[in-house]
Amino acid sequence: MVLKVFFPSCCSSADSGLLIGRWIPEQNSAIILAVVHFPFIPFQVKQYLSEVQKVSQIETVVLGTWCNNKQEKEESLGKFLDDLSTIFSHEPWLQISKEKGSKFWNCHTLSRQAGTPKEDQIILIYYDQRKTMLSRLHPPETSLDNQPGVITAPDASKLAAVFDTVARNEVLFLTDRYDEGPIKLSHWQSEGVEASIIVELAKQASVPVCMLLTCLLSLVSGLCRSRILKFWPLSFIWSKLSTCEQVGYRLEHLRFVFSNQKAENHTQFMRKANIFVSLLLDMALGIMLLSWLYRKNRIGQLAEALIPVADHVARELQDLLQWLMGVPAGLKMNRALDQVLGRFFLYHIHLWISYIHLLSPFIEMILWYVGLSACLGLTVVLSILSDIIALLTFHIYCFYVYGARLYCLKIYGLSSLWRLFRGKKWNVLRQRVDSCSYDLDQLFIGTLLFTILLFLLPTTALYYLVFTLLRLLVVFVQGLIHLLVDLIDSLPFYSIGLRLCRSYRLAAGVKFRVLEQEVGRPLRLLMQIP
Amino acid sequence: MEEPRNFSDIDGGHLALQRRCYSPSCREFCLSCPRLSLRSLTAATCSVWLAAYGLFALCQNSMVLSAAIFITLLGLLGYLHFVKIDQETLLIIGSLGIQMTSSYASGKESTTFIEMGKVKDVVINEAIYMQKVIYYLCILLKDPVEPQGVSQVVPVFQSAKPRLDCLIEVYRSCQEILAHQEVTSASS
Repeated sequence: MVLKVFFPSCCSSADSGLLIGRWIPEQNSAIILAVVHFPFIPFQVKQYLSEVQKVSQIETVVLGTWCNNKQEKEESLGKFLDDLSTIFSHEPWLQISKEKGSKFWNCHTLSRQAGTPKEDQIILIYYDQRKTMLSRLHPPETSLDNQPGVITAPDASKLAAVFDTVARNEVLFLTDRYDEGPIKLSHWQSEGVEASIIVELAKQASVPVCMLLTCLLSLVSGLCRSRILKFWPLSFIWSKLSTCEQVGYRLEHLRFVFSNQKAENHTQFMRKANIFVSLLLDMALGIMLLSWLYRKNRIGQLAEALIPVADHVARELQDLLQWLMGVPAGLKMNRALDQVLGRFFLYHIHLWISYIHLLSPFIEMILWYVGLSACLGLTVVLSILSDIIALLTFHIYCFYVYGARLYCLKIYGLSSLWRLFRGKKWNVLRQRVDSCSYDLDQLFIGTLLFTILLFLLPTTALYYLVFTLLRLLVVFVQGLIHLLVDLIDSLPFYSIGLRLCRSYRLAAGVKFRVLEQEVGRPLRLLMQIP
Repeated sequence: MEEPRNFSDIDGGHLALQRRCYSPSCREFCLSCPRLSLRSLTAATCSVWLAAYGLFALCQNSMVLSAAIFITLLGLLGYLHFVKIDQETLLIIGSLGIQMTSSYASGKESTTFIEMGKVKDVVINEAIYMQKVIYYLCILLKDPVEPQGVSQVVPVFQSAKPRLDCLIEVYRSCQEILAHQEVTSASS
């Protein structure tokens, strides 16, 4: 039977001692987590292991002995190590030893159950303990059964068990061989305990900050939901403005990130981290934009440029209408209808320009205050920009509505009169077309109206087409801006950054490399996280 | 360690198979694909540059020539890094799993590891590809829902495409290890 031993590469240079870790009998594999150095009292080791077991809920036991012969072979140490197997009984008992100057290790198992000790085939797999601890390789499904730490299903991934074991035993890595305690351990922290002051400070400060922010946010959202803002005209306006929607969406995000509960599982943690990084990026970009905008009187320049642009657009529209009123693209329009529609729209444009000119002295001030909202984030500024475009091209929207309504009425009229032409009628009760006998005068007037509407169709259709295309253009521009806003909102920047900088934390698989072999020694493999 | 043996792939190119036996339950098969031939490289470069020169003669803009050089260089680098596979390796470790590595001409390596618990069997399949019938070695994965079913078929040596004689060698060795592993897992 093949025995797999997972050995942390950081313990290769550790002094002799006891091996502690986890034994998985179903997979015949031993995962070594740390080495306990001499001198130790067996009773204290057992006590410590039971404490660790309580915290991590994984059976951590003494698996065997590790002998690092830095000097010449010591016979007495060998005898002592053999005696240890009687104190800490474990089946099978591992004995790993390393000679000075030799790359290849000796690995034996002692089995007391069978009469003859059969020599199992042993595979030694070295793994990087720190990277294995930090990566998340398909954690076993503990939601299916309520016993954490028990691998029940036979199809649970074997390697996931290794990763899970190392990740759960973080408490084991807190004590070190340099600590003043009864137990002296060697593991990946032995080269120097790795911790970051900033991370620790952030952890300490996070709880009161979260509480404060939660209170503030609940106040703000309570204000937003108050009854005053729910009356009919205001609620209609709020629903149409994309800025309000974006601000509401960001408030939701803030509440989710700064809520008082810790993330339950890894997916929620990643979601929180992604939203947090997205918020930070948003605000950073917004503040950069703010600092660029408020220098060298750019707001004033923008305000000055706005009125001529609006004038230019209005003039272009007037030219377009004049063209439609003449002979557009060689088509012959109905002169009377053409003139009526054209003059109606021209008057509309004239009204619109007057309003814009009325508003012109205030534009700079409005822009200045609106630009301050950039500190809330770039997405808010982009939503405001989209709203401003919508407001400035309101006349195009109106033209589109008029053109569409006229066209719609015409089509309804035409279809109804066409049915009359053929002697049929739309039955509203039965929701279908029925035959109907009309009187002669009904038929006469119906046919007359049908002819009139039919011959006026090209004119209306052309106006409808032109204004729909204009409206589509505006919608397209607004759509691009909204796409950018959605991109900033929902792109998982944290995951992307993690994959680029610390790719072992989002491991998708492992990679094995076969190290130098010697006949008669166990097979040596190196497990890497690409 | 054995010396490499010569086989050929389905297009007639030259392949070299090297078998390494690390332990009774661990074997590695290394297939080296034919290298990038100078003829095809020269042909591609010449055609691109002739086209660029033709365009230059038409529009008299020297940017076309520099653009052609740029495109050739980038294209070659991209081809070496993303397309041209130099060597394909299959490492089978009894009771751990099967690992497939492809190393590209630029040195990049892409690895896939499949655990032994998911592997149902290793078989040689036939495929009808346009007018040819080709053989390929593939790994069958177990279906977690249905114990007798196959959830996925993973082909091995996809860019080397060796012929049947080479595949039979690899197949025999893999079956030895899988059978040995079945025996030991049944006895435990």
